[in-house]
Formats: sequence, structure tokens, C-alpha cells
Amino acid sequence: MTIATKAESRGLRAMWEGGIGGLNPYAIPHKKLGMWLFIVSDSLTFAVLLFGYAYLRSASASWPSPFHIWPSIAASTGMTFVLLSSSLTMVLAVHHAQHGEARRVVPWMVATMALGLAFVILHLNEWRTLIHEGMTTGSNPWGDSMFGGTFFTITGLHMLHVLTGVVYLGVIATRFSRRTMNAEDVEIGGLYWHFVDLVWMFVFPLVYLMSVSMGKGGH
Amino acid sequence: MAHASHGSGAGHGGGHAGGGLKVMYIVWVWLLVMTLVEVFLAYLHVPIHVMLIALLGLSVVKAALIVSYFMHLKFERLSLVYTIVPAMVCTMLLMNVFFPDAQRLSLNAIFR
Repeated sequence: MTIATKAESRGLRAMWEGGIGGLNPYAIPHKKLGMWLFIVSDSLTFAVLLFGYAYLRSASASWPSPFHIWPSIAASTGMTFVLLSSSLTMVLAVHHAQHGEARRVVPWMVATMALGLAFVILHLNEWRTLIHEGMTTGSNPWGDSMFGGTFFTITGLHMLHVLTGVVYLGVIATRFSRRTMNAEDVEIGGLYWHFVDLVWMFVFPLVYLMSVSMGKGGH
Repeated sequence: MAHASHGSGAGHGGGHAGGGLKVMYIVWVWLLVMTLVEVFLAYLHVPIHVMLIALLGLSVVKAALIVSYFMHLKFERLSLVYTIVPAMVCTMLLMNVFFPDAQRLSLNAIFR
């Protein structure tokens, strides 16, 4: 009985410390695995929305192509650069957190949040222009009425993710500076932030670049 | 700030080799360059089916770079990759079964 218990506890301890399960499944912190699993499910959410967009578009005979290279595509390319750069500043924050240079972590996280907010402001400006030109979720001046609904749903959900990320990183930065969170938490926040960047790498080409206007009119 | 690529001396446990800052800067530049290539394709008005394949190809490469380097998956245990990537990719590919139905509604719309 006691031997079995000993072996059992040895096995559990091996699992606990050996990266099989317990605190470190797959030799990563359990919180990090949790974030990875969330990212898998969230990427499927965006995949379904983008597939829905592609389905409606390929079934439609009058899908609008309202975006001109100037100013729409230029602006959304700028937004893409802002988001890609925010990933780099997040990489720097994680790097300094992992190398014990705690004083340099928060400034880079603040830079990441600022770039995220810049993205949202540029995006809202884009929305404002489109709404001003008569685009709603149910109609638009250029063609198939489903365009507005899919556009606002996909880019809106992404914008919500960016805003959530700004708040999330703000919480981590505050708690990191108070030493109630550590480098591991910064890294996990980074995973989320990079994922939001990754989603935009599909939204930007599929929603914007595939809808570049061939002629006059439109936005 | 400048660490050599593959910072094996990254003082953060044993399992965190790789992903030095220099590699990260290079990945970032490549992501910007590929974005510019995508925008240039849109500027050229490439035929829409060529455009779709080119954009999806470039996007998958960009996503792979972000996941591998920024999200550090290249340097994690392979069993983690096997756990999260294939199931996700299979699910996404299975969504394609709906496209023939969209074509039924309007056969030539995608190539208009």
C-alpha cells in the first residue's frame, strides 16, 4: 500500500515536473497552454467569418469593389504597418522581461498599446468615411447589400480584439510594475497580441486588397 | 539590446533557446516587404483568381512567420505543435465543402 502510494506520488511528481502535465504541460506554463487553446478557438471564429464572407462573395453577382489605392488602400496599408510594428515592440517587451531588464518592459508595452490605439483610431476614421458615403450593415451605394454587414462584422470584431488587447496589456503592465505578474504573464499577453496581428494578415488582403476598385466611383 | 541570432544564452530556463532579437527584426522587415508585395499586386489589378491564390499564399507565409518567431512556436516542444496546429488546419480546410453551394447560386461570379 505504502509502496504503491510512493510510486504513485513519484509518477505524479514526474508528471508535475517533467513537462507531461500538471503545472507544465508540453514543458510550457499551464497558463500559456490555456492561451494557445484560446487562440485556436478564436482563430476558428475568424476563419468562419472569413469563409462566410468568401461564400457570400462568390455567390454574389454584384459584390462591390469600393476601395481605391488612394486613400483607402494607402490608409489600410499604414494600419497594417502600425500593427506589425506593435508586434515588434511587444517582442521587445517580452525579451526584456525574460532577460531581467524589468525597467525596459513597461515602456515597450506602452508603445505597443499606443500603436494598438493608433490602429483603432485610423480604422474608425476609415469606418467614418465609409458610413459617410452611405454604407450601412444592410445597404451600400455600390452593389450587394451583404458587403456592409460582412465588412463591419469582420473588421469590427477585429477592432474589438485590438481594444481588448490594449486593456489586457495595460493590466499586465500595471501588475508587472507592481511585481504581482512576471515575465511569463508578459509573454502570454504577447501571444494574444501577436494573434490579433496575425488575424489582420488575413483580413487586410481578403477584405481590402480583394476589393480594390477597377474604375471610377466608390471610396 | 543587440543579441546574436539564436540567443542560446537567453537566460530564461533551458527550453527557450532561439528567437534572438536580430531574427525578430529580420522577420519584421520580411512581413513589411510581403505586405508591400500584396499591395503592389492590388495596384497592378492582377486577375482575381491569380490575386486570391497569391494573397492567400503570402498571408499563410506571413502567419507562419508570426506564429514561428513572434509567438515562439518554432522553439517549443514539437508535441505542442502537433496538438494545436493540425486539428485547426483540418477544421479550416473542411469549411471548403460549402463553396460548391455558393457556386450553385452564381456560377461565374467569382471570376467576373
